[in-house]
Amino acid sequence: MQITVTVNGEQHTRDVEPRLLLVHFLRNELGLTGTHWGCDTSNCGVCTVTLDGVPVKSCTVLAVMADGKQVGTVEGLEGPDGLDPVQQGFVQCHGLQCGFCTPGMMITARALLNENPDPSEQEIREAISGQLCRCTGYENIVRSVRWAAEHQAKEGAQP
Amino acid sequence: MTVTENPTPMGFGRMHRKEDARFVRGKGNYVDDIQLPGMLHGSFLRSPYAHAKIVSIDTSAAEALPGVKAVITGATLETLKLAWMPTLSYDTQAVLATDKVRFQNQEVAFVVAENHYIARDALELIEVEYEPLPVIADAKQALAPGAPVIRDDKEGKTDNHIFDWSAGDKEKTAAVFAEAEVVVAEDVLYPRVHPSPLETCGAVADFDKVSGKLTIYSTTQAPHAHRTVYALVAGLPEHKIRVVSPDIGGGFGGKVGIYPGYVLAIVGSIVTGKPVKWMEDRNEHLTATAFARDYHMRGEIAATKDGKIRALRVNVLADHGAFNGTAQPTKFPAGFFHIFTGSYDLEAASCDVTGVYTNKAPGGVAYACSFRITEAVYLVERMIDVLAYELKMDPAELRMKNLLKPEQFPYTTPTGWEYDSGDYPKALRLAMDMVEYEKLRQEQAEKRERGEYMGIGISFFTEGVGAGPRKHMDILGLGMADGAELRVHPTGKAVLRLSVQTQGQGHETTFAQIVAEELGISPDDIEVVHGDTDQTPFGLGTYGSRSTPVSGAATAIVARKVRDRARIVASAMLEVSPDDLDWEKGRFFVKGDPDQGKTIQEIAMAAHSSLELPEGVEGHLDATTVYNPPNLTYPFGAYICVVDVDPATGQVKVRRFIAVDDCGVRINPMIVEGQVHGGLADGIGMALMQLMAFDEDGNHLGASLMDYLLPTALECPSWELGETVTPSPHHPIGAKGVGESATVGSPAAVVNAVLDALKPFGVRHADMPLTPSNVWRAAQGRPIRTDLAIS
Repeated sequence: MQITVTVNGEQHTRDVEPRLLLVHFLRNELGLTGTHWGCDTSNCGVCTVTLDGVPVKSCTVLAVMADGKQVGTVEGLEGPDGLDPVQQGFVQCHGLQCGFCTPGMMITARALLNENPDPSEQEIREAISGQLCRCTGYENIVRSVRWAAEHQAKEGAQP
Repeated sequence: MTVTENPTPMGFGRMHRKEDARFVRGKGNYVDDIQLPGMLHGSFLRSPYAHAKIVSIDTSAAEALPGVKAVITGATLETLKLAWMPTLSYDTQAVLATDKVRFQNQEVAFVVAENHYIARDALELIEVEYEPLPVIADAKQALAPGAPVIRDDKEGKTDNHIFDWSAGDKEKTAAVFAEAEVVVAEDVLYPRVHPSPLETCGAVADFDKVSGKLTIYSTTQAPHAHRTVYALVAGLPEHKIRVVSPDIGGGFGGKVGIYPGYVLAIVGSIVTGKPVKWMEDRNEHLTATAFARDYHMRGEIAATKDGKIRALRVNVLADHGAFNGTAQPTKFPAGFFHIFTGSYDLEAASCDVTGVYTNKAPGGVAYACSFRITEAVYLVERMIDVLAYELKMDPAELRMKNLLKPEQFPYTTPTGWEYDSGDYPKALRLAMDMVEYEKLRQEQAEKRERGEYMGIGISFFTEGVGAGPRKHMDILGLGMADGAELRVHPTGKAVLRLSVQTQGQGHETTFAQIVAEELGISPDDIEVVHGDTDQTPFGLGTYGSRSTPVSGAATAIVARKVRDRARIVASAMLEVSPDDLDWEKGRFFVKGDPDQGKTIQEIAMAAHSSLELPEGVEGHLDATTVYNPPNLTYPFGAYICVVDVDPATGQVKVRRFIAVDDCGVRINPMIVEGQVHGGLADGIGMALMQLMAFDEDGNHLGASLMDYLLPTALECPSWELGETVTPSPHHPIGAKGVGESATVGSPAAVVNAVLDALKPFGVRHADMPLTPSNVWRAAQGRPIRTDLAIS
């Protein structure tokens, strides 16, 4: 069936099978491979994207459910003025190693900061607790998000 | 908060990672991101049974499905002599089952189709008739008389025995035990776990019929070793095979061996003439790729009444699954387990290890284990606490009393390891000071009075990493030396080519920093090339924390060779003898006249120019080397974990975790700390959550991330790190390697902490994982076998 999805502000119309997962739509139909496929059971969160601004696990969302909606992926984080403070924070604080969970973590972090610009360590841990990282032990991810919060406040940066 | 002060140090220091630029933009290039023109997709049909005879396979309906390009079975592979492949332990493993299936989710057939969805549809159409057989799910039943023989494919095989292996001086150990004042024994299980990196395993194979060239992009930690094995197994000429390991989403030892999926992607590409991608899902990854541990250990410790440990004796029953596919130096069937005397000064030690087949997936050596040092450290650190329990001694005091002393290094252990350097008491004291140990013990005593249960657990570990000396170890006959090539372009920019390959360790940054330290070229001006066998020198890859000890050394040495060449060119430029030049980072200058000098960039340009060079000097600065490590390096550390246990629910909360690591000289402390953080989370996971259990039919009870629980940000505390620095005396830059230290050292600290909390209940030992139900049972005096659903 035909769907129209707006991804990172750009409209895409495609004919898809009703069973096609959103993660596969993004990766295989649109070539947006920054969103990863990890577990099929929405436990690992490497496929996290935003659907109308809310983080979802795109491995358990059908592409057709995104019809007429706004999807945000890692590829949309960088703006005309450069990297989002979240992206900068991950570089500054060594918030990533293998990089596989990173896009999903950053999407969740961006959504968290939009809701709560000054989250505590515990609030950050809760926000990312639906996602897994096997490399960092989470310490530097938490620091990265705090770094983004602090610098976004300082620079008045907006997503 | 650690924020990098100098983002581009000229050498060692907290440099931001070069690779991050692509990862934070979603521009990493993982195997599943690779799209080739005309590419097809493969998927496996897997066995629902753990042990069953295959009566028949009917693929006709699957073949008739539109979009299906090939259906490959064991029978197809038999015609190509590829139904079985050798493992890294000189056993064989079925690529696709022919006679029978030997573990649940074993590979039975492979469908190649236009897309992943059609391939999956076709799997549903394959009819397989099985005749179920009795199952061995419990290693302890594997050698029972009358046990079903799992490997009846091996001629004359009448039992499930794989090997007996021993180390140490058995007689001497027995003599010490015979006259010891105190002997304590304990059964200790290190249950089956799985590394489960977030990227599963996969491959894209592209066979070009015209040129005969096979390119395989795969999730491998050892691209060169894979290339050689493909050449030997498939009979393909090695120069026509290119293995590319692009960005890898975590490895942890699970991506060292060759899986049937890689072979089938290759066969699929040869059969269809198109590139074929195989990417497994999480269920396949957890159930069919390399598990870790599954060691059933009995430890005995001999000591004096006042706590001087004299000897340690260990018996191990090792569950290797249905095929012996452990990935380790081949001469050591139990890996480096015989380092189990740990960090202590003992008179004698011995171990006996028996490996058995069971109806479970193959593997065993994975998950940042440094070839079974994880099991060894867990055993000795648990036994020390068991002894402390019996002697009513403080576990810190008992350790302090028995740790090796700095003046004993280099130290040869009772089982033959030569530890290079260390100051163990200093590391333990630092950890105790950081946690305020004495104060915590007071708090614990007060809490116990009030019926609250907190625990303090200590673990001290010694690792042996950087495999390894060619005379001592190899994998399938391939020596464990690694090459490095360094080119310096005319403008002074450099390209370093390495045999090792990063799965997140940050090689593109740290190895550039080593060159920067040695040559004074900015790390930003150094490109590190790795993970492509057509582009890099031979070497065995990245696992066992070997990149820094082996290839880090190779990099320093090749950079020094370049510097030696630069000295000659500089001497020609400055018209002085090479001996009259001094080096400062990035520049040669005339002794006693520092203003007269040439930078490495000026020298590089001159080396490529028409400058007349001394007789016999070829020009250019490029160099190559192969590094054969003289010994392993021995990082060590002292870990202390503090937990609070709710005795009513069994819930464990990790309150604090202090980790003091000594990995010698740190190239990039930021990256070292990040690796330690990750390993500590592994320790929490293994000690408290992660488990691959089986039921009596061999059904896997941890086959998804809903059942196999990995730690999240909420289970992990904010890690507190400390460091001491004892350089390795034989490594060119004194580095030791750290990638696996925390995974090796931390589980024992967590378990010791929980059992310390449960001391008032009279609990001396309980097995991992210490889930709420297992903690609660242990407190009730009813600890259970955690690895079986049938106990």
